[in-house]
Amino acid sequence: MSPKVSEHNAHPLSLGKYISGFLGSILLTMTAYMLVTHGSANKAVVVGVLATLAVVQFVVQMVFFLHVGDERKPRWKLLVMFLMLGVVLILVGGSIWVMNDLNYRMMDSPQQMQKYLKSQDSL
Amino acid sequence: MSEVTTLDMSRIEAEATEKTVLGFWAYLMTDCVLFASLFAVYAVLHGNTFGGSNGRELFKLPYVLVETMALLTSSFTCGLAMIAAQKRDRSQVLLWLGVTFLLGLTFLGLELSEFHHMVLDGNSWRRSGFLSSYFTLVGTHGLHITFGLIWMAVISILILKRGFTESMLKRLTLLSLFWHFLDIIWIFIFTIVYLFGSLNI
Amino acid sequence: MFTTFANTFLGRLSWDALPKDAITRGGAATVVLGAFALVALITFTHRWKWLWKEWLTSQDPKRIGVMYIIVSAVMLLRGLGDVALMRAQQATSVGNSHGILDASHFQQIFSAHGTIMIFFVAMGFLFGLINLVLPLQLGARDVAFPFLNATSFWLFFSGMALVNLSLVIGDFSAAGWLAYPPLSELKFSPTTGVDYWIWSLEISGVGSLLSGINFLITILKMRAPGMTLRKMPMFAWSVMGSMTLVAFAFPILTVTLTLLALDRTIGTHFFTAGGGGNAMMYVNLIWAWGHPEVYILILPAFGIFSEVVPTFSRKPLFGYTSMVWAIWAIVALSFTVWLHHFFTMGAGADVNAFFGIMTAVIAVPTGVKIFNWLFTMYRGRIKFATPMLWFMGFTVMFTIGGVAGVLMSVPAIDYQVHNSLFLVAHFHMMIISGVLFGYFAGLSYWFPKVFGFRLHEGLGKLAFWCWAIGFMLAFTPLYILGLMGATRRLDHYDASLGWQPLFIVAGIGVLFVLAGVGAQVLQLVLSIWQRDQRRDFTGDPWGGRTLEWSVPSPAPVYNFTTLPVVEARDQFWVDKRAGKTAEPRYEDILLPKNTGAGVIIGALAFLVGFGMIWHIYWLALVAVLGIMVAVIVRASDDEPEYILKAKEVEKIDNALHRRKQYI
Repeated sequence: MSPKVSEHNAHPLSLGKYISGFLGSILLTMTAYMLVTHGSANKAVVVGVLATLAVVQFVVQMVFFLHVGDERKPRWKLLVMFLMLGVVLILVGGSIWVMNDLNYRMMDSPQQMQKYLKSQDSL
Repeated sequence: MSEVTTLDMSRIEAEATEKTVLGFWAYLMTDCVLFASLFAVYAVLHGNTFGGSNGRELFKLPYVLVETMALLTSSFTCGLAMIAAQKRDRSQVLLWLGVTFLLGLTFLGLELSEFHHMVLDGNSWRRSGFLSSYFTLVGTHGLHITFGLIWMAVISILILKRGFTESMLKRLTLLSLFWHFLDIIWIFIFTIVYLFGSLNI
Repeated sequence: MFTTFANTFLGRLSWDALPKDAITRGGAATVVLGAFALVALITFTHRWKWLWKEWLTSQDPKRIGVMYIIVSAVMLLRGLGDVALMRAQQATSVGNSHGILDASHFQQIFSAHGTIMIFFVAMGFLFGLINLVLPLQLGARDVAFPFLNATSFWLFFSGMALVNLSLVIGDFSAAGWLAYPPLSELKFSPTTGVDYWIWSLEISGVGSLLSGINFLITILKMRAPGMTLRKMPMFAWSVMGSMTLVAFAFPILTVTLTLLALDRTIGTHFFTAGGGGNAMMYVNLIWAWGHPEVYILILPAFGIFSEVVPTFSRKPLFGYTSMVWAIWAIVALSFTVWLHHFFTMGAGADVNAFFGIMTAVIAVPTGVKIFNWLFTMYRGRIKFATPMLWFMGFTVMFTIGGVAGVLMSVPAIDYQVHNSLFLVAHFHMMIISGVLFGYFAGLSYWFPKVFGFRLHEGLGKLAFWCWAIGFMLAFTPLYILGLMGATRRLDHYDASLGWQPLFIVAGIGVLFVLAGVGAQVLQLVLSIWQRDQRRDFTGDPWGGRTLEWSVPSPAPVYNFTTLPVVEARDQFWVDKRAGKTAEPRYEDILLPKNTGAGVIIGALAFLVGFGMIWHIYWLALVAVLGIMVAVIVRASDDEPEYILKAKEVEKIDNALHRRKQYI
């Protein structure tokens, strides 16, 4: 009998993991949803919590659905994933930072222009 | 390979599967960068409503929640298909693949209906930078879902015709990676586009 | 009714699309006659079957690599033709004269020049060299995904075909090699030009991305037994760094091109001047791709030097570990500098300062590499063969261009020279002396391995000197002109500025470069003519250190009869010194079957591009469906490989070794 492909996988798939991942994701999704539809805390806090919930659900699905923790050494999948995350953070964060900074110097209205010049102490 | 050979075919196949899974994973990582670029564009343009409607006015959260649950459940049932595959249980694989397909189709149908209504109301991708970036980001995800559904159909037909072989397991593994990845991307679309949008962020 | 039918069936294609004046007709004629001559040659020598079986459907990276290089070499000639026209224009278009080109043509020519050189010359040489060398250096038989490899080539070919078709039907982009909006938007570029640009890059870009993944997995998973990463040759390390950049940067290009295409076809407002678009976001994204792109090109060139310098210094590479760290430092930093391409777009001082500092920092690992090469040469027994000459030229000119870059990394200085000829001189110095000289060094170094005979050394050296002198003559005046205030892309200037003599010197430089190219062509033709006298039967004409030199030249389809076992860095060199000869063992070998699916996918991709460019949407849709069918059929194939039996391998191997008896 030829060895099955899954026998090369150190961690065979388990139903329990999928169920945990599924329930965890439902919980995180519903929490986020309820926070937006029924919450009234200040925006910054809500955004922070929502972002955290998203990141946690990302990790949950990575671990329980994509089995990211199960890789044998060398952990190439994990390494490539971290590289991707680095690039994504730089690309998205960097773009927001740069574009916001550019917009800052785009004249919106005469009043805002006056305000800006005043703050620069120029005229 | 039916001919006699000194090659250890099962070891070669196992190595090939490892290689292919890693390669596909790498492709999925590049797809993440693709979506990240679209998210970056959305982040920059989402305030540019050009006098038109913004997210809070357009998005119907309960509807989106149903979509989200459909896709999340389909990711779970895809996992069930993989467990059946591990047991080489052909009919279970086809069953769960079928359920996944139907849930995915439901998601797509709901999304297309949402798009359809927005366009009819004059809120198409032509209306503003915000809507251009919304339709493109969400639409690209939807396009990926469509390809996933086609893939699911093709694999199901192949399993019906050829039975459940080692190479079928490899293909199914790749498909499940793809399908789970799409649900992960949706987490961020749900949060950043719909939830943030409803809060007018 | 007929017009509606024609419009749907043919989009905006019409007789108007054919060229109307002398210059464009000349360009079109060259392409058409060239293609016709090629088809005629193959037909009259009855080589269609051979071509299809041995080359077009091949999954062998050694074949695919040669095809990449041939296409890139031809495109280099086209790009240089553009150069000749531009230099002639700028040397003569002064005062009352308007030179030889009108503004619209000049703009298309500089746009085509940049696009072709980066995407269809540099990238093509890059992927060609990797295909030819990487599997052999790693002690592998093939790349990780042979079919993907072939498809990548055909997507590249498809993009190249579209760029060349633009000379015959329609026009090319006049918006520069990066097509910034709003100029590249429909309002200001309503013709097919920008669409040709978008689709040729979109298609070949997919090919590049797939190659990036392919070569990365090859390095991770297909090294010879015992070859840990720390025993890997430096060229392979540089490919690993470069392909990591490809994988993470090219999706950004794909998105940006697509968004511009959407603006131009379905009326979105990503980069439009109104409607809530933001043209600056295009600049931001395209350079977030564009800066990693230049490192994608240069890292393997550095890797080539890391092979050439030790071989021709008869010494191991100095500072292997620091070289590896330098590669990864460059990979990481290359994602943190992109704003330096648009310091003047209006960001605040803090943003500009951050990117300026990171730009200065990224020069450091490159400096580490240059010193390591010099330390490798120190106390070595130097042989100034052609590849080594290309390296020497690089050290001088890349340093000059590099310090110009560090100068511009200071935003306040960049404000003075942004988009001037100073910038143009800088980046040409980096790309020509870095990328091109590096690839030339690689091509002349590995030519004997690929073809089994050596190139004429004298002509190679002549070519180098013509290039080096020509290149200095062509670009030193541009540094001066830039500082005098000359902007880039000028098609005419005032006589009172006194710029003409410098432009004339630059033009003379190009003549030297063309002479260098002539020497290279002559070298190739002569060497092929004399190939029987120039045969290399040793497989190791230079006294190399790495595994590719351990197999016969050209290498057989399976590369190695048995996979080498590696215990040390430069295992081949170690074995040679120990006088070790392996007793050949023969085993069954699994190889990919030839397939036309890659060619078909490439052809369908061409039709997608053509359909989108000319608004023949039914064609684009049918072609997309065709690609999907082709992919599904191919992916459903359970037997894409065949077994080469051990007896066959023995036969081939004996035939290769028997050749030596004919010396």
